[in-house]
Amino acid sequence: MREIILDIKGLTTQFQTKRGVVTAVDGIDLTLDRGETLGIVGESGCGKSVTALSILGLLPKPAGKIAAGQIFFDGRDLVTLREAEIRHIRGNDISMIFQEPMTSLNPVYTVGFQVQEAIRKHRHMNKRESRAEAIKMLGLVGIPEPEARIDDYPHQMSGGMRQRVMIAMALSCHPQIMIADEPTTALDVTIQAQILDLIGRLKEEIGMSVMLITHDLGVVAEISQRVMVMYAGKVVESADVKELFANPAHPYTVSLFKSLPKIGGRDGALKAIPGVVPSLLNLPKGCAFHERCFKTQSRCQQAPPWREITPSHMVRCWEPVEQ
Amino acid sequence: MTKFEALRDLLRNWSASVGMIVIALVLLVALIGPVLAPYDPIAPEPLNRLKGPSHAHYFGTDSLGRDIFSRVIHGSRISLMIGLISVTISLVPGTFLGLLAGYFGGRLDSLIMRFMDILLAFPAILLAIFITAILGPSLTNTMIAVGIVYIPHYARIVRSSVLTLKEQLFVQAIAHLGGGHARILGRHILPNSLPPIIVYATLGMGTAVLQAAALGFLGLGAQPPQPEWGAMLSEGRQYIQIAPHVAAFPGAAILLLVLGFNLFGDGLRDALDPSLRSQ
Amino acid sequence: MKVSQPILACEQLTKHYSLKTAGFSRRSGVVRAVEDVSLTVLSGEVFGLVGESGCGKSTLGRVLLRLEDPTAGKVFFAGQNLAAFGPSQLKKFRREAQIIYQDPYSALNPRQKIGRLIEEPLSIHRVGTRQERRDRVHWLLDVVGLQPDHAQRYPHEFSGGQRQRIVIARALALNPKLILADEPVSALDVSIQAQVLNLLEELRAEFGLTYIFISHDLSVVEHIADRVAVMYLGRLVEVGPKKEFYNQPSHPYSQALLSAAPIPDPTAERNRVILTGDVPSPVNPPSGCSFHPRCPERRDICFTKAPTLRQLTPERWVSCHMR
Repeated sequence: MREIILDIKGLTTQFQTKRGVVTAVDGIDLTLDRGETLGIVGESGCGKSVTALSILGLLPKPAGKIAAGQIFFDGRDLVTLREAEIRHIRGNDISMIFQEPMTSLNPVYTVGFQVQEAIRKHRHMNKRESRAEAIKMLGLVGIPEPEARIDDYPHQMSGGMRQRVMIAMALSCHPQIMIADEPTTALDVTIQAQILDLIGRLKEEIGMSVMLITHDLGVVAEISQRVMVMYAGKVVESADVKELFANPAHPYTVSLFKSLPKIGGRDGALKAIPGVVPSLLNLPKGCAFHERCFKTQSRCQQAPPWREITPSHMVRCWEPVEQ
Repeated sequence: MTKFEALRDLLRNWSASVGMIVIALVLLVALIGPVLAPYDPIAPEPLNRLKGPSHAHYFGTDSLGRDIFSRVIHGSRISLMIGLISVTISLVPGTFLGLLAGYFGGRLDSLIMRFMDILLAFPAILLAIFITAILGPSLTNTMIAVGIVYIPHYARIVRSSVLTLKEQLFVQAIAHLGGGHARILGRHILPNSLPPIIVYATLGMGTAVLQAAALGFLGLGAQPPQPEWGAMLSEGRQYIQIAPHVAAFPGAAILLLVLGFNLFGDGLRDALDPSLRSQ
Repeated sequence: MKVSQPILACEQLTKHYSLKTAGFSRRSGVVRAVEDVSLTVLSGEVFGLVGESGCGKSTLGRVLLRLEDPTAGKVFFAGQNLAAFGPSQLKKFRREAQIIYQDPYSALNPRQKIGRLIEEPLSIHRVGTRQERRDRVHWLLDVVGLQPDHAQRYPHEFSGGQRQRIVIARALALNPKLILADEPVSALDVSIQAQVLNLLEELRAEFGLTYIFISHDLSVVEHIADRVAVMYLGRLVEVGPKKEFYNQPSHPYSQALLSAAPIPDPTAERNRVILTGDVPSPVNPPSGCSFHPRCPERRDICFTKAPTLRQLTPERWVSCHMR
């Protein structure tokens, strides 16, 4: 039974730069169900991180602004909320973890202090209670001997541990949604496996939804139920994870899969995508991918339609790849 | 970031543009002014003493009857020269020492930087007095003194840049290609250390002018009858009550030039600083 | 069957760094970055070196090319002991062995036009006249897929993938025999990785190059390498031909590493060996076998005695008591 807890309609986020206005996110629609993991996949500059920042009102001011769209959560449009109201939601109902745990944690405070800070702010506990709760959270995320580690400083911990601390902070208030922006990209592969496993388990235990942002198709395949592929600020394809990997429809998605070196894959040259991701200041007319596309036609110079392959598989293309 | 982009940013920065205009103006005056100056800046005219600004003498005359306007014009050459030469005397050895200290480190670094510390402890005035006591008071010796005093500043800036650059991958890559120290220092480290030096040198010109003016004020710098602005200020001190214009105009000239250097230098720093550029 | 000669070999190579105490920190000790490594690289092959952070693979690469001197052990290039090279011999060696770096953004002098950048090795070694050098630069640009007029541009005018091509062009300038590629595609977008990997493959075939290819990305290594060596905490734990390694990894760490790699296929079966604990630090390696604290197969002997690299088959070597 699908229950939508986050509903984004037509979100457009722009940045003022010296060289003009950059539209980092261009009219995207997105829904997140209760209890599901949605993977948002794309390369640098596609707008996936900016989408996350827009949801939580974390865009760098004054350069960044939500120019249009609505973000419905819990019956309210987050775009219309004031800073104080959004702050109440951040870390409480919707929390976020980032790629670089070392720069996301304050180096001059202990780990325990930072976890407790999150707890005390939103759950109104006193010092003693919040410390006990913090120890419990650290244990929950798999930090060995949490009563001892709670007084460590971030630099005394490894990358994997720090990421667990970040997760503990993010989960300390039992949020409904956790946004994870490249949470394992900076981690070793064996640690990555641990963290992904942890996120999966916690999701079940706490009953939350996860929005996983990454460029790594392997990570997406591991833990997402649904996937959205972004390119140059737009969503180009959206489907259930099995369907996306079995029957990719957008030429970009198809080309991306073909260009991946895979363990156990065929020998010989990889099928690389020619050209480079266009600069957001200088996007091609119509479909942003058409100059690199193996199926490009003249009508691709007009914005392609958002069409249905199956009810749960949508693609933005004039002529999607045959299934 | 290309030179073109830096130039464009510079021109957009209004204070830098103002600074540039001022400096250009003074430069122009220094170059062709002396030819166009209405009066002889040196020959005394006892009949014309301490006359206020008038149609005949735009800035009035001083205690020896000399036209202040002409003297200020001639003095512009001297001030610009002070700025340039003092800064050069600071910059060249300072950069060289900073490069050596930062690149080779170890004991050479300690030796050089301790020596720099000693020099830093000297107030310019003291050093100038010292030098002029030995060599005699003159404008040249003042410039040398001011130049020497600021050597450690450049050394420190350069050393700091070098320490960072040394660790950069593109510098190590040259060593990996077989390049030697001279090449690395000359072609890769030095050019990338330039931006902070350029900014500091520009601001330093203003400082040098001020320092020389102060020394001139104390009688240690330019000797009469040279129309150096600081010396003119000193001469005008006695007449502040009755003939303020004698000190006011050279003082204003100093202010203008130093302000020009400062505005331009600040704008230059902003233009050259990649972190201040928006994405 | 082509019999390949060893182009580079090392015996019991060891590199330790001493940790200097800095200010108030009381840390002291020795970082055992590389410990007792012996291997042979054959001419014309791609020798893959994998491992996680702190395993010493980058350090090993640097010591193999004598970018740093070893603490103990010997390195032989084309049969000659590198340690015996005087300054002029070392300079000649630099013509034969070159490096491609991980970060294309900091590997190029931002103030040099790339024509000069690529020409620099020729200038350092005084090869050719000015005109000959210019011609060679144009040829190199063409070989890596760039245009001749790019020689007049500055690095910041190029994308990450293009900058990496410039780095490659510079590395090829002197016609080296051996190239150390240290994570050459890790900093690049997925769609660009394929382009650069293909380029590296083409260049190898065309110029008969030998690569030492360092990476933490197992799928990339599987695609390009002929043989694979796995490092853990400064030691080699397994060496073998690619196909056999990926089909049946022998060392427990190799098995965990391979099983941890995310697979871009949601339907694939996953036999996850999730390792407990963190990647330990090379300052205080565990006693006995350095992997024993995390090893699912450990026995008593693993606590006390360090295993050595033993031959399993003519082409496979493993360092483990349990094999």
